[in-house]
Amino acid sequence: MQEVTIPPSPVQPALDASKSKQEVKRRIWRNRWLYVMIAPGLLYFIIFKYLPMYGLIISFQDYKPYHGILGSDWVGMKHFTRLFTEPDFLNILMNTLILFGLNIFIYFPIPIILALMLNELRGNFFKRIFQSLLYIPHFMSWVIVVSISFVMVTMDGGIINDLLVFFGFEKINFLLNPSWFRPMYIIQVIWREAGWGTIIYLASIAAIDPGLYEAARMDGAGRLRQIWHITIPAIRGVIITLFILKIGSVLDLGFEHVYLLLNSMNREVAEIIDTYVYTAGLRQGQFSYSTAIGFFKSIIGLIMVMAVNKIAKKLGEEGVY
Amino acid sequence: MVEDRSFGGRLFAAVNFTLLAIIALITVLPFIHVVAGSFTTSAELAASKFVLIPKVWSFEAYKFIFSTNTIFRAMGVSVGVTLVGTFVSMFLTALMAYGLSRRDLDGRKVVNFMVVFTMLFHGGMIPTFLVVKELGLIDTYASLIIPSAISAFNMIILKNFFQNIPEGLEESAKIDGCNDFGILFKIVLPLSMPAIATISLFYAVTYWNTYMTAILYLDDSAKWPIQVLLRQIVVLASGMDHSSTLDAAVPPPDQTIKMAVIVVATLPILMVYPFLQKHFAKGAMLGSMKG
Repeated sequence: MQEVTIPPSPVQPALDASKSKQEVKRRIWRNRWLYVMIAPGLLYFIIFKYLPMYGLIISFQDYKPYHGILGSDWVGMKHFTRLFTEPDFLNILMNTLILFGLNIFIYFPIPIILALMLNELRGNFFKRIFQSLLYIPHFMSWVIVVSISFVMVTMDGGIINDLLVFFGFEKINFLLNPSWFRPMYIIQVIWREAGWGTIIYLASIAAIDPGLYEAARMDGAGRLRQIWHITIPAIRGVIITLFILKIGSVLDLGFEHVYLLLNSMNREVAEIIDTYVYTAGLRQGQFSYSTAIGFFKSIIGLIMVMAVNKIAKKLGEEGVY
Repeated sequence: MVEDRSFGGRLFAAVNFTLLAIIALITVLPFIHVVAGSFTTSAELAASKFVLIPKVWSFEAYKFIFSTNTIFRAMGVSVGVTLVGTFVSMFLTALMAYGLSRRDLDGRKVVNFMVVFTMLFHGGMIPTFLVVKELGLIDTYASLIIPSAISAFNMIILKNFFQNIPEGLEESAKIDGCNDFGILFKIVLPLSMPAIATISLFYAVTYWNTYMTAILYLDDSAKWPIQVLLRQIVVLASGMDHSSTLDAAVPPPDQTIKMAVIVVATLPILMVYPFLQKHFAKGAMLGSMKG
């Protein structure tokens, strides 16, 4: 029998390991109440956020509620193939991207400009009053915002149409005319969010060293030059961060707002991915197909955030994470 | 900053002020129009077009909407969901945020990542609906609260706030025989009132504005919160055809009545607004710090 050579055991490290294992155990026991505190929250995230992620597998099945996830038939990529071959879906994707474009090119710069204007206001009294007024719409639900605009633009007795008639124009059916859907959508977005959007910019402007302005004035810079050479460069990081977040929500325009504006007359331009998922999924019972659409949307969002974040970092900015 | 007294400087200031004043006015005018319109008669509204202060006062619209108990019931649902929901959400959020704020907790990084990841990727509407359905929450008031009980964003804001509280305070309380629950409720929470107030406001506004979860999870119209009722009365009656739901036999309500319902659905927020306003600006800044 061959002699078994036992390698010299690393006694010291082993002891250390068991010691630190004990140490961890002790730490866990000492923090047991903290784990109790985290448990309900963790359970919430597992049930309502991670279980639905598991539920995404029904997009590879022909899901039948009666059979459940485990009992339904697998169909591979069928629903995803359908997605890209159905003209309906391509139209919906286009609608979604157009609204996203409006958000990026029209809405996005407005809070920045508003914040710069508010910052240039002398005297805190008016600054505070204007801010308070501008914040209010953010606290109104989309239902309220849409309702207010509807009573204003309705054909019978809406103030806007009355004004149009007063100035000698024709009445416009804003609600049913598809070409008014996009303008109404973006005006409502601006009305509700532009004021609130200034908060974060104002906060970062407040952090700018006043000495910089002092120096610029010494060099003879006027108000506009100070804004251009000091304020805007100072808030560049915040602008980029918010831009990344906005890009990440590319297909996530908010179900509520669009759903409220949607009707059978403007469906051609107003149907977006979110509303389509609702109609196809919950109204028509095409669970698997609409889950596939939602899955597609989530993945695009994730990819966009990661990509834009990477680009921002390459450009020497901080990025979101 | 020193006042710029040159001509250019003054012109700039004047133009800037005027533009902002106009923008602020545009922001509030639609709502003032609706409030004023709700307090006048339909005839007067039709005649005077744009009213800021009604010439003829009338409470007819309010009498009408409160003559049946539909609005009362919906208000009751909204108030109840807002109060209970805000409390439940705040409680769960504070517990989790405090636990995760403690740096010596093993595994906090994993849990943190799990929370942040849900902000980047999610299962979407249908799989979430199926989970809610499996749990038997469809058509219960709980479905308006539990599926959205914790906002990852709010939790992270609060966690960051807790992290800035000096650890020494907690250590000394521990030596005095306090356990973690005691530290949270007796020391950390009282020190965090601005953050708690802000996030409570965020939750309360969200619950008051609950609409999407209601149309997803409630089939029974008797359980509708005020926002869903508002949509039925104003949006669907304004020449929109979402098919189904609205009874075609009922004539569309008067402008004044629609306006009154809008006011009723907005009022609670407008009432809290002045009290909490100073908090939320600060709170939003907290939120803008990186997690």
